Amino acid sequence: MRLINLDAGRFSPLLKILPFVILGLIYWIAADARHAANPDDKLLPTFEVIADAVVMMTTEVDELTEEPILFTDTVASLKRIGEGLGISVIIGLFFGIIQGTLPIVRSLLSPFSAAISLIPPIAILPILLIIFGLEEPAKVALIVIGVTPFLIRDTQQRALEIPEELLIKVQTLGASTWQIILRVVLPHVLPRLLDALRLSLGAAWLFLITAEAIASSEGLGYRIFLMRRYMEMDVIFPYVIWITFLAYMMDLMLAILIRKAFPWYRKEK
Amino acid sequence: MSYLQIRNVWKTYGDNVVLEKINLTIAQGEFCTLIGPSGCGKSTFLRMLMGQDTPSKGSILLDGKPISNEPDSDRGVVFQKYALFPHLKALENVMLGLEMEKSPLLGKVFGATRRKMKAEAMEMLESVGLAHSADKYPSELSGGMQQRLSIAQALVKKPKILLLDEPFGALDPGSKADMHVLVQGLWKKYGLTIFMVTHDVKEAFELGTRLLVFDKVRNDPHSPNAFGAIIVNDIKLDKNKQKNMGEDHVGINETISE
Ligand SMILES: Nc1ncnc2c1ncn2[C@@H]1O[C@H](COP(=O)(O)OP(=O)(O)OP(=O)(O)O)[C@@H](O)[C@H]1O
Ligand SMILES: [Mg+2]
Repeated sequence: MRLINLDAGRFSPLLKILPFVILGLIYWIAADARHAANPDDKLLPTFEVIADAVVMMTTEVDELTEEPILFTDTVASLKRIGEGLGISVIIGLFFGIIQGTLPIVRSLLSPFSAAISLIPPIAILPILLIIFGLEEPAKVALIVIGVTPFLIRDTQQRALEIPEELLIKVQTLGASTWQIILRVVLPHVLPRLLDALRLSLGAAWLFLITAEAIASSEGLGYRIFLMRRYMEMDVIFPYVIWITFLAYMMDLMLAILIRKAFPWYRKEK
Repeated sequence: MSYLQIRNVWKTYGDNVVLEKINLTIAQGEFCTLIGPSGCGKSTFLRMLMGQDTPSKGSILLDGKPISNEPDSDRGVVFQKYALFPHLKALENVMLGLEMEKSPLLGKVFGATRRKMKAEAMEMLESVGLAHSADKYPSELSGGMQQRLSIAQALVKKPKILLLDEPFGALDPGSKADMHVLVQGLWKKYGLTIFMVTHDVKEAFELGTRLLVFDKVRNDPHSPNAFGAIIVNDIKLDKNKQKNMGEDHVGINETISE
């Protein structure tokens, strides 16, 4: 049988977790080897040490915030990324739709937003810090600046790809520009915007962690970079896994939202 | 009698002359079928009637007034494909035109108005034989069903003119025959004026009251685009067809052979 026709069948779940298990095993062996050579090794802490650190970060109350640090950091980071992505979606939707639908606006703004999207967001971070200081808006703004241009351009493209026949048809049904946007363009663009948002999650986390590393006093990114100074790998590792998990959950929730809210979307193809 | 007047209409794209001095007078209730070789400008002609494209020269008058140069609800259209809104169920696709008329701000109506509108749209769906598929998305319908839905969607707005561009080109012979009966019925019921482009000559003869044949008569081998197509034949098929069609004792073939 050809390889392209062979699927995993009932072994599929097993295959899915296999790489994770192998990675864990390799880590375990490597950590063990390093500890055999040097019992005080900090680079690859053993699972016991990591487990202790996890208990500490999830249960021990920090005296400043009166909460466990993982909780404080997670709430702070999720709030920032949520606000950042929320603002990005609204701006992206608005400009993407008017640029994709109205030729005049497209002439006016399309080259401009294409140029803007080429500015490396991190290069703007110093400016943001000068304007907003170490306050929250600087971090949210970095996410917005990093993600929005892509969302605008993607949404414009999606609006432009609506078949011309459909736009003609809706005009023969008597629709005004506003009604066309509301009843044809918006439904076409929304699920696709959420797809684009899923693709932006990686970038959003990147900008969040960067901003937190440079200018923050709490947050997941802040903690990782703080711990780096003391080489506390037993905290950094669980944090990285936790961040990955959060990003994965956000992606999963968006996927479910798209499926539930736009049942026609996947069928369309 | 002169419901739609087409006066010396030319269409050129750059150097490419597509249509030349088209002159036509169409009466209300006429069913015009358009045939001609591929690329001769039939769709271009329909696009000008629709307002999607403007004549390079000449004018088109509807009821004595120049037609609007953007598509509007005077002129309904059915394309060969892509004519349905994928995010709306069949019934909602038909309701769309009604909703937008009633609600300029939201393009959507609620409550009692909606129920009334639903009933009206449902009636339209029934007349194209799709009542049982009201809750399906277009992607869940067969080609023939999609085309019937598309017709229902256009007709619910009661357009003065219905433009059909190869509407049944993608259908199998069986569904095509069904569609012929359907379109004939709706044409009579609503007193429509129809323009239909087709590549099926038999279909063109059977359905129309007037057959317009497009073709290039002049050709310069050195610059193939220098001359456009004209209407080489304008055939009155049968004045009585509108009356006779659908009556049991007069079949389509008999009508034509008269
Ligand atoms: N937007 C346009 N820009 C330039 N040329 C065009 C445009 N639209 C159509 N044409 C040209 O006009 C001519 C007629 O095209 P049209 O689509 O009207 O032909 P048609 O008779 O409908 O053909 P078919 O039977 O294949 O559908 C073609 O030569 C085409 O290249
Ligand atoms: Mg054509």
